[in-house]
Amino acid sequence: MALHEKSPPSPSLSKRGTEGGILEQAGRLTRQRFGRTIQLYAPLYLSNECIDICRYCGFSLENKITRKTLSVDDTVREAEHLLNQGFKHLLLVSGEHPRIVSPKYLKEIANHLKPKLASLSIEVAPFVEDDYRELVQAGVDGVVIYQETYDQKRYQEVHLAGPKKSFERRLQAPENAARAGVRRIGMGILVGLSDWQEDLARLIQHIRDMKKKYWQTEFTISLPRLRPCASDYEAPSPVSNEKYLQMICLVRLALPDVGIVLSTRESSEFRDQLISVGVTHMSAGSRTEPGGYLNPKEAEEQFRIEDKRTADEVAAAISSRGYEPVWKDWENIL
Amino acid sequence: MLLIADKSFSSRLLVGTGKFPSGEVMRESLEASGTEIITVALRRIDIAQPEKDILRFIDRNRFTLLPNTSGARDSKEAILLAHLAREAGLGKWLKLEVIPDPQYLLPDPIETLKAAEQLVQEGFVVFPYIHADPVLAHRLADIGCPTVMPLAAPIGSGRGLKMREAIRIIIEQATVPVIVDAGLGSPSHACEAMEMGADAVLVNTAIATAEDPIAMAEAFRLGVEAGRKGFLAGKAEEKLKAEASSPLQGVIYGTS
Repeated sequence: MALHEKSPPSPSLSKRGTEGGILEQAGRLTRQRFGRTIQLYAPLYLSNECIDICRYCGFSLENKITRKTLSVDDTVREAEHLLNQGFKHLLLVSGEHPRIVSPKYLKEIANHLKPKLASLSIEVAPFVEDDYRELVQAGVDGVVIYQETYDQKRYQEVHLAGPKKSFERRLQAPENAARAGVRRIGMGILVGLSDWQEDLARLIQHIRDMKKKYWQTEFTISLPRLRPCASDYEAPSPVSNEKYLQMICLVRLALPDVGIVLSTRESSEFRDQLISVGVTHMSAGSRTEPGGYLNPKEAEEQFRIEDKRTADEVAAAISSRGYEPVWKDWENIL
Repeated sequence: MLLIADKSFSSRLLVGTGKFPSGEVMRESLEASGTEIITVALRRIDIAQPEKDILRFIDRNRFTLLPNTSGARDSKEAILLAHLAREAGLGKWLKLEVIPDPQYLLPDPIETLKAAEQLVQEGFVVFPYIHADPVLAHRLADIGCPTVMPLAAPIGSGRGLKMREAIRIIIEQATVPVIVDAGLGSPSHACEAMEMGADAVLVNTAIATAEDPIAMAEAFRLGVEAGRKGFLAGKAEEKLKAEASSPLQGVIYGTS
């Protein structure tokens, strides 16, 4: 089942983009601000336990999948596997389960991992400010939290039950993190859920407002597209590669100094093309099931990845495009 | 010769090592620039993984390494990074960057002064990156910084000497070498700074993100050399009206 086009954009697309100047301008702005560099990171899935029912997500409570949560020791082993591949920036990911994936659990993991890493981010349920503050003290320097869609009607249609049903609670989370002193906040939308132009405009405005209010915080943006998963949900507003490319360019023009993160949801060919357009951070060699690096297929994945290359293969592709893959760009003492 | 602290240098161009498309291009660009002092962000250095570390492209016997504290938002973080540099064996020379604003990357003058005071006392040779603020430049020189590094324009902006008047005052009053840092976008900008009397300039983005970084590095080298020669040669006076290069007086009427 294809939720969106998988083929790379045709040469004619690039040509049209260049004629309009938008591709060229986005690439130029990115190179000026970030240079010809792409920072590499790896997601580390901790748990697919979840108490939310979200129509589009493989971890949704109603999906009959094998559930698993990594112990702290399991997590350290997965992290060491990633460290051996060269990663120094990790993103801990999980479903929303307040009892299992609690701030306490995350703090314990952070305490174990932080001395080994340059940077540790989390992409988990929203927390209150005090929880984020404790996580910062434990060594978490980045929080990723996507609003999914700013279209409240669609938001209610796809978030059927669980704490995620609260649009406002989610909207508040980036502010909670910023007030708690989180250094880098990743924001985004799940592309395909609603009209992309409307969602993107609201996301850009949200980030602009955040940047003014929390002027010491760094922001990144991510535009994950809906991917096939255990759920059979069909994207109501699918976005083509051509439109996706346009989205990346628009983000760069609107937010020249904001990092753009690209996951392995996209195909290898398309990811390679996006390197020179505006992307600044890429995951590589990802597994989206808990424990998936050492024990793949013991639990269900969140979504099917599209770029299945190893980390070194992705790094080589970045180099071959005239960009430098950057494995470390932070200090964990900060 | 450029004399900073206890070292002298032939080159007056300092080069940063961020944003290059590859380590190899960086290495060749450093070569073409003729630089002797290079800055490296401590956050990019990974001693634990030498095979993937930026330092493997830098011959530390040839270049004076100036690790910078980019990423530090206050004096406490800058001092932590300085200690990390020392423990990693990167020497005691340090470019002090205290930048709380990730958008314009402008330095915090108060925290910079605070960090500089402590680091100088601890024996670091501190190169402070500052706004073009003549009073702050005085204060930093007074506490023992061997140079000051005022910005020409925001980092990476390539906008040239936007702070020209303030930099002129700093140069005029300085008791330590002045290195114009940040915002120089083209060799002519570097030339202009040197013509004004700057002792050196630091360039990164303009070289690293050029279409041909190696050629641009050479162009900056020439720009810096031309500017320095121009400064030393002494500029002729500006006038509002034309004045013939070969005066006619005496030719038509004769003088004898």
